[in-house]
Amino acid sequence: MAANEYVLELNGISKGFPGVQALDSVSIKVRPGSVHALMGENGAGKSTLMKCLFGIYMPDEGDIVIDGEKLVFANARDALNHGISMIHQELLPILYRSVMENLWLGRFPLRSFGPLKLVNHRKMLADTKAVFEELKMDIDPNTWLVNLSVSKVQLIEIAKAVSRKSRIIIMDEPTSSLTENEVEHLFEIIRNLKSQGIAIIYISHKMEEILKIGDEVSIMRDGKLVGTYPAKELTTDLIISRMVGRDMSNRFPHRDNVPGEVVLRVENFSSPEPKSFQNVSFDLRRGEVLGVSGLVGAQRTELMEAVFGLRPVVSGTVILHDKVRRFRTATEAIREKVALLTEDRRSTGIFPILSVYDNILAANWRNYIRRFLLDLKRGETAVAKSIEALRIKTPSAHTLMQNLSGGNQQKAIFSRWLLLDPEILILDEPTRGIDVGAKYEIYSIIADLAKRGKSIIMISSELPEILGMSDRIMVMCEGRMTGILDGKKAGQEEIMRLSTQFM
Amino acid sequence: MANAATLDSGNPLLRSVREFATKRAILLVLIVLVLLTGIFEPNFLSWDNLINVLMITSVYVIIAFGEGPILLTKGVDLSAGRVVGLTACVAASMLQRANYEDKIFPNFPAMPLLVPIAIAIVAGLVVGLVNGSIVAHLKVPPFITTLGTMVIAYGVVSLYVDRPPRGAAPIGGLRDDFTNIANGAIPISGNLRIPFIVIIAAAVFVFMWVLLNRTRLGKNIYAIGANPDAAEVSGVNVNRTLTVVYILAGALYGLAGALQAARQGSATNNLGYTWELDAIAACVIGGVSTTGGIGTVGGMLTGVLMLTFMNNALVFLNVSPYWQNIFKGIIIVAAVAVDIRKYIRKR
Repeated sequence: MAANEYVLELNGISKGFPGVQALDSVSIKVRPGSVHALMGENGAGKSTLMKCLFGIYMPDEGDIVIDGEKLVFANARDALNHGISMIHQELLPILYRSVMENLWLGRFPLRSFGPLKLVNHRKMLADTKAVFEELKMDIDPNTWLVNLSVSKVQLIEIAKAVSRKSRIIIMDEPTSSLTENEVEHLFEIIRNLKSQGIAIIYISHKMEEILKIGDEVSIMRDGKLVGTYPAKELTTDLIISRMVGRDMSNRFPHRDNVPGEVVLRVENFSSPEPKSFQNVSFDLRRGEVLGVSGLVGAQRTELMEAVFGLRPVVSGTVILHDKVRRFRTATEAIREKVALLTEDRRSTGIFPILSVYDNILAANWRNYIRRFLLDLKRGETAVAKSIEALRIKTPSAHTLMQNLSGGNQQKAIFSRWLLLDPEILILDEPTRGIDVGAKYEIYSIIADLAKRGKSIIMISSELPEILGMSDRIMVMCEGRMTGILDGKKAGQEEIMRLSTQFM
Repeated sequence: MANAATLDSGNPLLRSVREFATKRAILLVLIVLVLLTGIFEPNFLSWDNLINVLMITSVYVIIAFGEGPILLTKGVDLSAGRVVGLTACVAASMLQRANYEDKIFPNFPAMPLLVPIAIAIVAGLVVGLVNGSIVAHLKVPPFITTLGTMVIAYGVVSLYVDRPPRGAAPIGGLRDDFTNIANGAIPISGNLRIPFIVIIAAAVFVFMWVLLNRTRLGKNIYAIGANPDAAEVSGVNVNRTLTVVYILAGALYGLAGALQAARQGSATNNLGYTWELDAIAACVIGGVSTTGGIGTVGGMLTGVLMLTFMNNALVFLNVSPYWQNIFKGIIIVAAVAVDIRKYIRKR
């Protein structure tokens, strides 16, 4: 291993799909014991490159060289056997099985019992404990995965990679659903892995993280490598300009909205679950962006879903336009022109097997009825306008939603709600898993809506986004509201202090 | 993009032929089946036989139009066959000839034709309402709910039919005006005629097509099948939609039951036994996904045609009923194996 300067060399990898050259002669070299960050907008080719490395795609051209040896992987198992592991952004754990069974799935330690080979549970437990000790993880090997947080499940994936004696671990957006503390723990584990000579390929959209944990950064754009740079020489602005190929001096659009009178007042909202939101009151003004900050688990989503009528409350009132109005179902909220863009696009946002057209009109059919039947032509016009207005990249309105990138799916769901012409728009993590360019577009939409007098509640776990977009910031911690700050004067430290007030 | 499904490149003509074949595989198989049988047995393609097959199809397709939308919502209805049996007996019991000696209700007054048929439809609708309410509000899985109501429906129809001292004899001697609905036809020329029952089925087809493609209910059915949680957030009243889908299905079974009684000229408590499986098979052959959200009215019709034509062809070719079952089973699995290619993503 020491003989080679690089543990992994990708030389001139190209991969085309009908109609698109996804990778165009990309070369990347990764040193052992380093964190090599891979950045680029969605569609830049990061995932395709990693799928080529992991044996999921066969590259059309180019070599994969590991420890000086040229290799061809026919499938993911091949790659795993050569010491490459991948931790996917969307984890696929077996929820109703134990931690150790998930860890050793497909390679359970066996014990001969006459002619039978049975699973050796004792050895499995011992091996699991050994791996966890090495990584300083504190997880009960016998608990079901359903009981664990996302971050713990992710740590188990890392443990799995380590237990396979992997020399290269690919992490795809590993922090997208982690809290600040969990990210810190992950970084500790990554440093630990580095010290053992393991190379990490780290895919992320989060600049601050990359600059903190990365040693080298490769930036991709439109299927090509822009370059590989030492992380020390980079800044957020430099990374962005190289990613998008143009200067982006400002990550947030200029806003000149003027908040007006109060349109929505929520008073003493309490969940029936004692650990969820309790006694929360806030108000929202016309033409205002109210940022909602807090750590994961602060019950922000739960609170807003309750306001929208998706969750029950035991006490509290909602005053909408000076009338007491509490929603019991989403249908009631929508009728009053309140919209909710949910946090988890895949589970509660998109209809993957339906067309973009059906996805955009899903909440709006009532407005497209003429003499009892749907007026599909008028729908076509509206959808075409939406696709143009939000610049949704799709071959046609009748392409299936599942074939669009995350950012474009998000924009499609945005247009679903915009078609309702809502007065109040609740956005839950509106830019999660979306690339920089699309983020800016979504910020612009939000700014424009506010300027037109619409009221916006924006839950976000990204502090720069909260600070860059909010007129006022509501901070929550463990189900309680800990403060409301002026968006122009608030600072990161103050928000963090309020977010951890009860911890 | 990277994960878009792609077919092998190469000759564009070959590619579009292959694309068409994958998309319309079932229809192609159906046409080949009909033509091949016609070559071996020219009588198979006679107007008499073709019309006969269409008449058999008519009842089955109405049942499939009830089952199909339920499958679209990720559900299943095992009670379909028994509800057809129940409603067939309900209709038949009120439409026996006045002078028939073995009447189930000896003193029943003669009613206008449409009343008993409407009562049969309402009876089916009530079972559908029960199914839908249990599925939507008690959250009992559709498989379990309809398994229960399937057994209950059989119990109910047996109680209804089996009246001492008469016993559970078939309800026969049906009025001519009633049987004429199913067996009568508008003559066109020679042997070519359009049976009333085919016209009824065609009307139901149009109704269902419009319902699924041109109404909010239809769009909501697909949305629930594709992602029930997203549908809820989008303001779809999921519970009400589900209930309506089961009610609609029950009403269609009721219509099918009345028509079947008229076709046979009699009804027993065993009528419709396992027909729900045929309906599910037909839908699935026609490309309806049992995981919900995918399927068309045209597909459901194609699936039913496929099954009835195959049955008929095998009879014509003198294949034993045992072999017919074996072929039917193979077709069900093979059809889905081919159809699912549309959705498997290529590397």
